[in-house]
Amino acid sequence: MSAHAADNAAPVQTGNRGVLTAHGWRSTRLPDVKLLMWVFLASDCMFFGSLIGTYLAYHNRSLVGPFPIDVLDIPLTTVSSFVLLMSSFLMVLALHALRINDIPKFRLWTAGVALFGSIFLGFQVYEFTHFVHAGLTVHQNLFGTTFFILTGTHGIHVTVGVLWLLAFLIQSYVRPINSKDAVYLEIAGLYWHFVDIVWIVIFTVVYLVEFV
Amino acid sequence: MAASTNVAKPALFVRPTWQTGLLSWLTTIDHKKLGILYITSSFLFLALASIEAFIMRLQLMRPGQDLVSPDAFNQLFTMHGVSMVFLAIMPLGIGFANYFVPLMIGARDLAFPRLNAFGYWVYAFGGLMIYTSFFLGGAPDIGWTGYAPNTTLSANPGLGVDFYMFGLFISGIGTTATGMNLIVTIINMRAPGMTFMRMPVFVWMMLITSFMIIFAFPPLTVAFLQVILDRTFGTLFYVPSAGALPILWQHLFWIFGHPEVYIIILPAFGLISEMIPTFSRKPLFGYPVMILASILIAFMGFAVWSHHMFTTGLGPVVNTAFSLTSFIIGIPTGVKIFNWLGTLWGGSIRFTTPLMYSLAFIITFTLGGITGIMVAMPTFDAQVHDTYFVVAHFHYAMGGGALLTFLGGVHYWFPKITGKMIDERMGKVAFWFIVIGFHTIFFPQHLAGLQGMPRRIQTYPAGIGLELWNFMSTFGTFIMGIGLVIFAYNLVKAFRSGAPAGNDPWDGRTLEWATSSPPPYYDFAVQPVVNSLDAFWAYKHPETLHVEAIDPRKAGKEYDAHGVHIPGQSWYPILGSLAIIVGSYGLIYDNLVLAIVSGVFFIFTVFGWAFEGVGGHHLHPELEGERA
Repeated sequence: MSAHAADNAAPVQTGNRGVLTAHGWRSTRLPDVKLLMWVFLASDCMFFGSLIGTYLAYHNRSLVGPFPIDVLDIPLTTVSSFVLLMSSFLMVLALHALRINDIPKFRLWTAGVALFGSIFLGFQVYEFTHFVHAGLTVHQNLFGTTFFILTGTHGIHVTVGVLWLLAFLIQSYVRPINSKDAVYLEIAGLYWHFVDIVWIVIFTVVYLVEFV
Repeated sequence: MAASTNVAKPALFVRPTWQTGLLSWLTTIDHKKLGILYITSSFLFLALASIEAFIMRLQLMRPGQDLVSPDAFNQLFTMHGVSMVFLAIMPLGIGFANYFVPLMIGARDLAFPRLNAFGYWVYAFGGLMIYTSFFLGGAPDIGWTGYAPNTTLSANPGLGVDFYMFGLFISGIGTTATGMNLIVTIINMRAPGMTFMRMPVFVWMMLITSFMIIFAFPPLTVAFLQVILDRTFGTLFYVPSAGALPILWQHLFWIFGHPEVYIIILPAFGLISEMIPTFSRKPLFGYPVMILASILIAFMGFAVWSHHMFTTGLGPVVNTAFSLTSFIIGIPTGVKIFNWLGTLWGGSIRFTTPLMYSLAFIITFTLGGITGIMVAMPTFDAQVHDTYFVVAHFHYAMGGGALLTFLGGVHYWFPKITGKMIDERMGKVAFWFIVIGFHTIFFPQHLAGLQGMPRRIQTYPAGIGLELWNFMSTFGTFIMGIGLVIFAYNLVKAFRSGAPAGNDPWDGRTLEWATSSPPPYYDFAVQPVVNSLDAFWAYKHPETLHVEAIDPRKAGKEYDAHGVHIPGQSWYPILGSLAIIVGSYGLIYDNLVLAIVSGVFFIFTVFGWAFEGVGGHHLHPELEGERA
């Protein structure tokens, strides 16, 4: 506790490592927005956890069909899952490109992430339409209710991510963008990777476990 | 304000800059103004909830009365519970946090000021929205817990349930956002030198509370969402005829609901831990143990939810497990009681009104804890479940615990917020009325409950031994009501003609007392710096602590090299909240056009918000001259 008591001379021995930013003193070197995104994702874990928990609690409790085994199409969903996971790879490339100020590559990879996300959404729209034609709706049985709300909530997350990345992309044409903005792409990336990880859980719990 | 630089950004709306008047409050992003808004809104809902409770007690004063119909009674106890838990006591803690967490850690605002404003507006609009149900076909009548399948469309076709679900869903989003904001603020914006173990206890409690908020609210949000989807779009989450399990609601609700108890009480623990050391003129006894106990409470708080469900037939193994965890959570809570007693022990005590509320808290909360241990036994709980014993228990814990503390906190921090002192003499009169009234209301309810009086029942027959307890209970509401009226009058009087408080009327320990009363909108003229726990106290009383004393107000000039950044005010938080509310009315009234238009407008506000940026300007307050 050796503090220099001088009013404004030598810096006080503070004992914690911080950084002076344009918005004032920060006691860690983690940017505010990044910390906020981590905290949000922690909270979102409980959100998806509750939805997945509901799905599991109602598993095999539907009184009438169609049942999961009647409609789920593993090969189709494997393809769409693969596309979504590969979009995470492009996300990493996009962030790297922005960090080294390679703006054309940043635009290319970001557009790629948004495209792959949209392809995943396209698969989901196809799947939902197909299921409705097979007689599975939210009103039909508990499987329909829990399946559509769980995967639909995930789909909304993907949609938000696609819109976010497109907004980023469009903004890069409106005003100059450089490596200083990388933290904002990084938090979009954190969100994107999280949504992908949630899909791995959903794909396992809803699709794969059904055929074990 | 000599050297303030404006950062101009293109914006759709002209960036509002009002400093005074109604528009400054609507567009404010200042944590102090939002704190005042939170606290006053909470007291408004507290008053409404108290009126509802008063009507219920009048109805129950004598057996067989028919002052209000059973249906109206259902609405009253539902709205009383909803208002107290979601709209009054929890936002009171958040309001105090809004005002004092940045001041206590030496920051100029929360990390995300516009998100903070958004959190307030969705809470306030969500609460008002639930109250509009009284004029739109009847308030919710399902109890504050809203158990399924009472909420299904076939069982409850009225709109009251929709208002409950939408209103709490929306205000819950605001609370979650504010919780996230507080976490980032506390981790990232502590003054130079303020390590985690040098933070004031209230800040620690808010950090822990915020973590509980972000983990506890999502299950509740999902549960609300499921019922909303059931009622609006015809899903089957809680439709028993489709094979649904109504108990799922109870699980989701109480996974939120028990942490919620600690979300309410931990801020109160924090306030107590600030007031007792100040008026004992001693450091808090066992600071690290206090922090550790709170973290344990937060962890264990997520592992006890099924003790609300002992009588639902989960089986002896589950009941035993949750009974054990419920006993264990009593241990860290008991540790805290001894921390406060140890702080008082040997202190040079000043019997001010805040300290008297603190002492009343310790006694009342301990009684609530003892009955809590009793109902944690499944065998005993089976006897008293859904009786007035449980009502008495949680009112001792929540009312006697949290509410008494917050009333004391108002006495303690009112001088800082307004710069004026509250009359101590009248404050003590109000204190005695409130505390004696409180115990007269709720102690007899234990006895009524042990004699089997069920809760949420509009009346009871004569001759089964319930008359005396109910009459006493109702009599107590008059005493406590008088106390609350004196309390309110005292506040108004102090606001109008209170004696000037000065910057540090109580000889306080934490950094908020180091700035002026009320604080300037940039909070501190110079970035505060600390070198110990209670650094401001150490500076004022260098003989009491074994640290080198530095003046936190003057030590940190080099940290203001860029000047103080003042974020810009904004229209988007309130507009976004309004869009959510209007859209909810659209969904409740099956007006999809209104809902979609509001949704599109909401997306517009999100983009407007993002592209507007933080904005604001930098200023150099030390050039105005040192503030004392």
